[in-house]
Amino acid sequence: MSQQDSDSQAIADLRLGPDYFHILCWVAAAAAVATLGWIIFEILSGAWPAMHKFGFGFLTSSAWVPNRENFGVFPFIIGTIASSAIAILFAFPLGLAIAIFLSENFLPLPVREAVRFVVEMLAAIPSVVYGLWGIFVVIPLIKIFGTWAVATFHNTWTTVGPDGLETTHGIPVLETLFAPPAYGNSMLTASVVLALMILPTITAISRNSLTAVPKTLREGAYALGATRWEAILGVILPTAAPGVVAATILALGRAMGETMAVAMLIGNSSRLSWSLLSPGGTLAGLLANQFGEADGMQVHSLMFAALILVVITLFVNLIGEAVLRHTQNQTAGIR
Amino acid sequence: MDPIASHAPDFFRDEKGESAKLMGRSLRNRALSTLCVALSLLTLIPLLSIIVLLLQKGLPLLSWRIFTELPPAAGMVGGGFGNAIRGTLVMVGLGLAMSAPIGMLSAIYIIEYGPVTRLAQSVRIVAKLLTGIPSIICGVFAFAIVVATTGGFSAWAGGVALAVLMLPTILLTSEQALLGVQTAYREASYGLGATKFQTIVRVVLPDALPAMMTGVMLAVARGAGETAPLLFTALFSQFWAKSLSEPTASLSVLIYNFSTYPYPHQTQMAWTASLVLVAFVTLANVTAQLVFSKRS
Repeated sequence: MSQQDSDSQAIADLRLGPDYFHILCWVAAAAAVATLGWIIFEILSGAWPAMHKFGFGFLTSSAWVPNRENFGVFPFIIGTIASSAIAILFAFPLGLAIAIFLSENFLPLPVREAVRFVVEMLAAIPSVVYGLWGIFVVIPLIKIFGTWAVATFHNTWTTVGPDGLETTHGIPVLETLFAPPAYGNSMLTASVVLALMILPTITAISRNSLTAVPKTLREGAYALGATRWEAILGVILPTAAPGVVAATILALGRAMGETMAVAMLIGNSSRLSWSLLSPGGTLAGLLANQFGEADGMQVHSLMFAALILVVITLFVNLIGEAVLRHTQNQTAGIR
Repeated sequence: MDPIASHAPDFFRDEKGESAKLMGRSLRNRALSTLCVALSLLTLIPLLSIIVLLLQKGLPLLSWRIFTELPPAAGMVGGGFGNAIRGTLVMVGLGLAMSAPIGMLSAIYIIEYGPVTRLAQSVRIVAKLLTGIPSIICGVFAFAIVVATTGGFSAWAGGVALAVLMLPTILLTSEQALLGVQTAYREASYGLGATKFQTIVRVVLPDALPAMMTGVMLAVARGAGETAPLLFTALFSQFWAKSLSEPTASLSVLIYNFSTYPYPHQTQMAWTASLVLVAFVTLANVTAQLVFSKRS
């Protein structure tokens, strides 16, 4: 056999043998996919005894009494949804304003870059630091606000009835939302800090969809004599709207799963209340508080709560991703 | 909307109402612009407040002993949180060692080997879903597979929880990094007779590596800052961990624990720990950005 033959044999071996690297990559990819399945399986099997014992009542019962093995997460589901929804209420206008600010040329580029950097910084600050900041800054502020709100919205005016008796009235809805006593660790505190934490998500995705609006649309609007805001509100925002909606939904998903800051600020109470000034609880906060010291049925119940949290957040995120993908396909068509 | 033609005859007629209308539109425009700028600048306030407080409350205690000594017992003064810093680094390292190979190799699979295969599609979807999973769920998962089976809280459990948390970040940024490599490079490599493996290792990876490292640094930043996955996996410890299979302190859990203590010294230590943590996370983020910008 000549030298050349053995060389080409070696090359052929190199090419025809099994591609081990390909197999390795395949295994890694399969492992990545399996991770999600494994997570869901573990939580499901951990939750199974509690599912078996409490069934659907777990979702609708308000009792969480570990020493009597009596568990229900209704207040925590409501708390999760309410705190995230209120956070969105605060964060949406702010996030949208910043997204518009960043995609327009109100101020010179360096200023806009600075604001963008600040918003990105907000995303990088650890959740537990937000919690610490909330304890020292937001809670005192909310206490002041709460005392003011309670004083203002209750006993606002007095009427004298036909029998000569005086009755005092508050402002109808606000009276319920800001009922005394005004706690510092409250739904409102948690929501305010949550709003700050999800602001970067809303801003980044909204800004992307705003800058993806074709220039020709804006120029068309200007050419028809529109002012800047007529162009923004009439043309640019409607075009980018699905992206903004997706941003809001994804931010909602993030807010629902947020744990530490909420656990440190919301007060972790399982009592339901209409008042924003009273403590509440969330599913994630419940897990953070109780998992470390739980045993027996409590662990299974916490796993059940975790399962509910996973289902809710996955559902919200799937919708958000679907809207986002739909948007990207649509704006790709306009060009 | 009215057809434009209906406005046309009136267009140049100068009526009294017209100029008032224009004035109104202009005013509304200004008002909205001012509102928008004001709202945007409003976000500077919380961040400034956080930074000022971090420096004001965190700096006084910052000294060398913070990095070398153990946390003080409740109500005591002095000490540091060296064990927490080491614990954070160890667990982030463990998480990285588990998630980086899987994340990077998966990315190589979905870009280089089978972009259109069903597995690749699933990997993309799963990675997106994993980013959306609450971080505390990673902790619940690690609790179930490590703590519940080995019977104790450990750095291993914390590492597993962080690995799940870091996986999607590494995977998705690696995917983007590989997508950024020009197809011409690959074609040139094949044209010179290279095998697929040679092309990936000698041509594609060297070009994509800086951007992939960005993902790794972002994952480090994310993992170091997380508390929820460590709460009931690594738990906390007042002492230096002797092995990976015992409860381990971390910076973030230390902040959480100390924030609820009624002692001023502990609270101040929580602020100092926050300062160290924010500095570390920012450093990791900035490194990520710098490494990334080198390539472009």
